Amino acid sequence: MRSTRLALVAMAAVSLLAAGCGDNSSTSKGGGGTEAGFTPPKMSAMQTLGAGEGQVNLVAWAGYAEDGSNDKTVDWVHPFEKATGCKVNTKIAGTSDEMVTLMKTGEYDAVSASGDASLRLIAGGSVAPVNTNLVPNYKDVFPDLKTKPWNSVNGVAYGIPHGRGANLLMWRTDKVKPAPTSWGAVFDPNSPYKGHITAYDSPIYIADAALYLSATQPSLGIKDPYALDQKQFDASVNLLKQQKANIGEYWSDYLKSQQSFKNGDTVLGTTWQVIANGLAADKAPVQTILPSEGSTGWSDTWMVAAKAKHPNCAYKWMDWIISPKANAQVGEWFGEAPSNSKACALTSDKKFCDTYHAADEPYWTKVHYWNTPISQCLDGRKNVQCVDYAKWTQAWTQIKG
Amino acid sequence: MTVSASPGGPVRRLAGLLHRRPSIRLAGLLSAPLLWLVVAYLGSLGALFVTAFWTTNEFTGDVVKVFDLGNFQDLVNQSVYRTITVRSVGVAVAVTVIDSLVAFPMAFYMAKVASPRAQRWLVIAVLTPLWAGYLVKAYAWRIMFSGSGVLDWFLSPVGGHGPGYGLPATIVTLAYLWLPYMILPIYAGLERLPGSMLDAAGDLGAHSFRTFRTVVWPLVFPAVVAGSIFTFSLSLGDYIAVKIVGGRSQLIGNVVYDNVGTANNLPFAAAVATVPVAIMVIYLLAVRRTGALENL
Repeated sequence: MRSTRLALVAMAAVSLLAAGCGDNSSTSKGGGGTEAGFTPPKMSAMQTLGAGEGQVNLVAWAGYAEDGSNDKTVDWVHPFEKATGCKVNTKIAGTSDEMVTLMKTGEYDAVSASGDASLRLIAGGSVAPVNTNLVPNYKDVFPDLKTKPWNSVNGVAYGIPHGRGANLLMWRTDKVKPAPTSWGAVFDPNSPYKGHITAYDSPIYIADAALYLSATQPSLGIKDPYALDQKQFDASVNLLKQQKANIGEYWSDYLKSQQSFKNGDTVLGTTWQVIANGLAADKAPVQTILPSEGSTGWSDTWMVAAKAKHPNCAYKWMDWIISPKANAQVGEWFGEAPSNSKACALTSDKKFCDTYHAADEPYWTKVHYWNTPISQCLDGRKNVQCVDYAKWTQAWTQIKG
Repeated sequence: MTVSASPGGPVRRLAGLLHRRPSIRLAGLLSAPLLWLVVAYLGSLGALFVTAFWTTNEFTGDVVKVFDLGNFQDLVNQSVYRTITVRSVGVAVAVTVIDSLVAFPMAFYMAKVASPRAQRWLVIAVLTPLWAGYLVKAYAWRIMFSGSGVLDWFLSPVGGHGPGYGLPATIVTLAYLWLPYMILPIYAGLERLPGSMLDAAGDLGAHSFRTFRTVVWPLVFPAVVAGSIFTFSLSLGDYIAVKIVGGRSQLIGNVVYDNVGTANNLPFAAAVATVPVAIMVIYLLAVRRTGALENL
């Protein structure tokens, strides 16, 4: 049971990451502006909630709409159907790109978009603004998740925050001494752990290098690791090329990374909380930290289709999935911090929210949620062109050589 | 098919029709495989080539269907793709060489030395690994190559270390995975080689190496080539083994995968995918010049 569960979480997380690789709008530290550099199509949110239409069609990450078919005890879909009379039809998407494509068909009512998909969905007119007054549980959502660049445009909310996670620095306590406090540990060209360092195998990892450079080379002027002009981008890419000499392996499969840390093939590198939890359960001597520079991460949002055929049921679903009970269940199943502050009282593991820093606002101000880099700089600069995600992908190929 | 022309039931009449009209017979036999070959196989190849000349819209991710040579320019101008291509071909060649070196003695023993009963069991033994999943085998090698794995444990008494993850590990894993595809054609080729020829060579005073060089090798060479087409093309297209045991290295397949999976840049992925196709065409043409294909 545990292994299927882990595999599922891994799959979901990987797909989430893949999605995240796209274009989340990122928060700059303490920033709240939405300088995405585009004007969304004119649309208005629903004003009043009517009766349910009897069903709702969702596009979701694996693990976000569980109906007990993977694990009998993990089921928040059937209780929803019983309570609202809305039958749930879920389409699992593997990547953010797939989500964008699926939402364009117009056959779905709601989507759990990561930040790298959300802006594209808004810009493409696939999703409508959300009237948060029609979602009663929205009031309990952590304030630092509301009206953020990846779920709103110019202060208009386009979605309901679902959950979030950070990419952490993990190390083997028996092999790495002294304990690292900075991402510098993985970027040190003279690292004593040469050949045993790991990095995340995705173009979005370039943002991790940019984040490190924003702290160590202020002259580059990096404010947002997802808005890099050519000079900043080249500096980040060069840092990663230099890092490659010390890398043992790049990971994209969560179980593979866990195994490497357990065997000691990898002793230092970027990771997710779920991996750390799995290793703790295996009694592997590892520890994680949110390094002093902060880190990258993800935050997902439920959005409503612009031409939803079942908008009332979609609103009911959004309210349900962030209701304390369901939000606690999905957070624990998937391995991410819930968005609803009241969810923490209902998790089966009472320390869950502490482990995942659900209510730890200072912690999250240091997390730069994934965003899709586009040529209009996301940090609002108008005088330069930023490097878009297609170029990030090609650069990633060159970094790996 | 019956020769009798007596009109009977519909089956009889159909049989009669097929007998009288060979063209209908041929159409019935070949239409399904031809449909498969033309539509599913050549069609998808054609779609691949056409897509390779398109681009994607940066923001919406839509494919822009306008003719553009940019993808191929990037492929040629950026040295990283040349490096990756050379590396992939190197891996495929290494796997093919290792497999033929390992497979030949094995196939020779199976075909010429073992008793018929043992032969059957050996064929089954060679085929058994194909029953296990690809991923299971690749992950098994991952565990063996690990720093605390079997290889390291085995080499540590003599002061050695396992190779760890990387290209050597990838080559070993791929050579293991594709070995049956090399053994079986060589075994079939050797079985067709009459044992009397070996005896005759011996009677005429040839040593075993000379017999191998002048009798066995020329006759079995087409079979080795057939095996090498399998191992070479399978290695050239592989991207999973290198993800599992390849450490930080990447091959052509990974570039295609990354462009489809994370970048959603299908046109560029299509352009990259034409590279192994071109290499295989060159390989097959080279093989044809040796005359090996005629003797298959």
